Amino acid sequence: MSASQTEPLAAAPAPAKKAISPWRRLLSAFFESKLAVVGLVGLVLIILAALFAPLLAPQNPYDLTQIDIMDSKLPPGAESYTGMIYVLGTDGQGRDMLSGILYGLRISLIVGVLSGFFALLIGTSMGLSAAYFGGRVETLIMRLVDLQLSFPAILVALILLAILGRGVDKVILALIVVQWAYYARASRGAALVERRKEYIESARSLALSTPRIIFRHLLPNCLPPVIVIGTVQVANAIALEATLSFLGIGLPVTEPSLGLLISNGFNYLLSGRYWISFFPGLALLLTIIAINLVGDQLRDILNPRLQR
Amino acid sequence: MRPLMYAVAGVFAAVSLLSAPVSAAELRVGLSTEPTSVDPHYHNLSPNNALATHIFGNLVEQGPVQELLPGLATSWKPVADDVWEFKLREGVKFHDGSPFTADDVVFTIKRAGNVPDSPSSFAIYTAAIKDVKVVDPLTVHFVTDGPYPLLPNDLSGIAIVSRKYGEGASTADYNSGKAAIGAGPYKLVSFTPGQSIVLEANKNYWGDKPKFEKVTFRPITNPAARVAALLSGDVDLIDGVPTADIAQLKKNSAVSLSDAVSNRIIYLHIDSDREVTPHVTAKDGKEIKNPFKDVRVRKAISMAINRKAIVDRVMEGVAIPAGQLLPKGFFGVSPNIEVPKYDPEAAKKLLAEAGYPDGFKLTIHGPNDRYINDAQIVQAVAQMLSRVGIDTAVDTMPRSTFFGRASKLEFSLLLVGWGSGTGEASSPLKSLLATYDKEKGMGPSNRGRYSNPEFDKTLAQALVTVDDAKREKLLQKATEIAMADVGLIPLHYEVSTWATRKGFEYTGRSDQATQAMDVTIK
Amino acid sequence: MSVFILRRLMQSLVLLCVMTIIVFAGVYAIGNPIDILISPDATQAEYDRAVRALGLDLPLWQQYLVFLSKLVQGDLGKSFVFNEPALTLVFSRLPATLELAFAAMLLSIVIGIPLGLWAGLRPDSVAGRSIMAGSIFGFSLPNFWQGLMLIMVFSVFLQWLPAGGRGPTANFLGINSSLFTAEGWQHLLLPALNLALFKMSLVIRLTRAGVRETLLLDYVKFARAKGLSSRRVIFVHVFKNILIPLVTVIGLELGSVIAFAVVTETIFAWPGIGKLIIDSIFVLDRPVIVAYLIVIVLMFITINLIVDILYSVLDPRVRLADMKS
Repeated sequence: MSASQTEPLAAAPAPAKKAISPWRRLLSAFFESKLAVVGLVGLVLIILAALFAPLLAPQNPYDLTQIDIMDSKLPPGAESYTGMIYVLGTDGQGRDMLSGILYGLRISLIVGVLSGFFALLIGTSMGLSAAYFGGRVETLIMRLVDLQLSFPAILVALILLAILGRGVDKVILALIVVQWAYYARASRGAALVERRKEYIESARSLALSTPRIIFRHLLPNCLPPVIVIGTVQVANAIALEATLSFLGIGLPVTEPSLGLLISNGFNYLLSGRYWISFFPGLALLLTIIAINLVGDQLRDILNPRLQR
Repeated sequence: MRPLMYAVAGVFAAVSLLSAPVSAAELRVGLSTEPTSVDPHYHNLSPNNALATHIFGNLVEQGPVQELLPGLATSWKPVADDVWEFKLREGVKFHDGSPFTADDVVFTIKRAGNVPDSPSSFAIYTAAIKDVKVVDPLTVHFVTDGPYPLLPNDLSGIAIVSRKYGEGASTADYNSGKAAIGAGPYKLVSFTPGQSIVLEANKNYWGDKPKFEKVTFRPITNPAARVAALLSGDVDLIDGVPTADIAQLKKNSAVSLSDAVSNRIIYLHIDSDREVTPHVTAKDGKEIKNPFKDVRVRKAISMAINRKAIVDRVMEGVAIPAGQLLPKGFFGVSPNIEVPKYDPEAAKKLLAEAGYPDGFKLTIHGPNDRYINDAQIVQAVAQMLSRVGIDTAVDTMPRSTFFGRASKLEFSLLLVGWGSGTGEASSPLKSLLATYDKEKGMGPSNRGRYSNPEFDKTLAQALVTVDDAKREKLLQKATEIAMADVGLIPLHYEVSTWATRKGFEYTGRSDQATQAMDVTIK
Repeated sequence: MSVFILRRLMQSLVLLCVMTIIVFAGVYAIGNPIDILISPDATQAEYDRAVRALGLDLPLWQQYLVFLSKLVQGDLGKSFVFNEPALTLVFSRLPATLELAFAAMLLSIVIGIPLGLWAGLRPDSVAGRSIMAGSIFGFSLPNFWQGLMLIMVFSVFLQWLPAGGRGPTANFLGINSSLFTAEGWQHLLLPALNLALFKMSLVIRLTRAGVRETLLLDYVKFARAKGLSSRRVIFVHVFKNILIPLVTVIGLELGSVIAFAVVTETIFAWPGIGKLIIDSIFVLDRPVIVAYLIVIVLMFITINLIVDILYSVLDPRVRLADMKS
């Protein structure tokens, strides 16, 4: 997301800030909101925790020889027979919840971010091409979008995963297939409006190359709705993965994501063993909130029509 | 948080005491599995059969532990090697007032195996019947294909329909209520798939008068939602109480729990047949000979599993460790078989003896939406096997993929369950352990392809022995042979649980069916 | 206009064709329904009989041709599980889901738009910030977990509302719905709320974003400078402008609400098509899956069409001719 994307709008409203580089301006705009800064710090911490999970976690929750069924469902603070303290308790298999959450965070983030990124890449390119070229290209792409959107996302994911089997890579693939159309539709919608505006007309009359017009002029101005959807979708992807786990397909049970941890704990909710789903739920909630706070502010500062 | 939960439960208990039963004349039931049809011969599926019991009634009925009781027939006996005589109950009337006669039995037997488009027909219960002869309106002779001791058991699975309404009736006619005229204790009022099944009392029922004016069944498949519906007073009775909630519900004075040991064994099937089995490799990933062909390895795996830990920790005490195919008290259960002892050291020794001192790599497969806590059990087993040196991975999947793949023998070690519909040992022995034979219909669910000629011989003999005592001895012997040979690895018997609101009580059944007839008002 | 609609319909036909092929291949790849439906006691002979009875012994392409030839006669086949026409089954469950979807959309719009307007007009006030924080929360809760929480609080703890199921229905103007009974509304409220929370947050955000953008536009600034009352500015200019993204979202999301009712319907035991489809997928009841998808796709196509037409009405810059299709 380079500063050049804000070029077309930089010209008009803010001549006073001309001395500062656009990148710096963006940064300072971002830090205007304290809430966004909190979100960013939180997000960085969460990402670090996920990256260094093997160093931070007291046990490797994916190694079956390290977990013991006799230690299952212990409340937070309980001690195992080896003397290890389960700070956040254990789940139904005797897995340390803290370790499970740290490792699970990794998987959830990978699933959410990777699927969101590729879906955005594919979807936006399709949407912009459709709006720019029009004609048959547009018809073809938009019918494809219709085809995709006419299948309920959850259904596509269910069927895809039933065929593909379990695994992180398969879940990501399924989530890309499910999400790209949203980006395509939104970016095309925005681009349709933008396309008629003078600056695109003039760019055309200047005989600028097509990719240049699409990526340097059309894209930045279509970004706001795409980013709104993007922040929603990363969070969505994580939640969808949890839902798929809830329905019994997706990730392998021995390597749970946050979503899978929550849905495992779901069964214990009414019985008072809140920690099995509460803590992973909290971790998920905080992660998504952090993403949304950052995304919100990004959207505000990237929105050309909001430049003061 | 924890005290809060208890506070919630406590406050709730107080509230619901005030709002105790609405009217004893009505019963509302939350079901974990939904009947798919009112047609009693369309789909051989436990919830359908349980519903049919309310509306139709069978010649032979099954009691709480599947003992055979007189139903629409008052007595039965073999009158020749291949002929069974059934005496029908006198004066029984269908819901519309028309009398029940031998002719309805003839019609039912013809219809049961021949409902169009049935995905699982009742032909398996009528297959042995060659002919049905009406001796007089209240006496029927069943001519079988050779001696067939299990006929009363088989007939206990078939609901009797009226010829008057059943002739030419489709499944849809039963669902709409047009043809759903039976001789059971309740009449069908409405069947709305996904929403509710409403029944009303049959005042002219021949047996004990129905206790409820109106019975409503509501499918609530999500376990947590089912418990919530009971706690909030939406329903009076639920089945399939999640094991996780049992301890908490026991403390709740507004709810009472009941349970019954079921006829369902949860076990591991083990590929003891193929030279190379798909999910076993050496630790470095190289292909190796199938270790499960060696009985010592099978024994080692059985000994490496801590059944008590699974029952205590995963099943929360609501299951019984198993050493054979049916729990104590059922016909054909051997008194000589103990639950295999948990002994990881001995298991390691046995593995070493068999030539696997360092173990091997293995993937266990199991369903995740079929049996109580199925995916959890598979993981616990994997943990235990890892401890004796077998690197174990776990793959669980929905039953829609699992059973198809299991029948295609895509797995090496798999978790499955078996409920004995007939309530005696020949059902699991024949289906799970007999040598697979497509023509003879033996071993249809033998997914480990276990084969032992001595076992086959003993079982074959049992299946044609009409004398009960002799047959039971033979079934016990067959069980002992297969268990000594570890043809499969039994884990535990499921215990089914029900929960009722104050004012109602449920007497559990071993066949896991939920029936309004078993509810008492307190 | 009519050419536009006609062309759309033609494309939709192609789309339906492609879709049914995918479903046939997909279900075929997952497994054989008989493996799940058949009694475990069954012999091989009985198994073979069942496979033949449901026509599953034919090669896949022949099964598809059989399906097509029946489709031409308006027959979508019978459910493998219920032995009733699949289309009848879907239509008998559709009203319950539509009810739920409309109630959810209504809730999210009626509550979402005013909140979004407030947050957009007073972005720095405490209320404005709280609304935005709340909307972020609304996004972040996993749907199934949130559903159970609602049941725990409102049904188990407070005992205000029933934990699930659909209330009694009543007939009004030929429509049979639980919307016309008081008890029906009691049953509807929790699942509708569960379904609405996410959409509500979306509506809040989009409205707020639209308002903030619009307020900075020259013509609104001009209108304000001209001395028009701020109420008039808001309701005439701002509101008109934010309708475009809203229509898109509401149109698109109505479809997705219907489709995503799956989870809510499972938790609240709501007898709609979401519950039906998830059950059908788990037992591979292909005729029902296909019938469901055909109905859903037709519904989506109609909704999209309406959205596109509304677009052209609301925003003169977008003309239907632009859409080429």
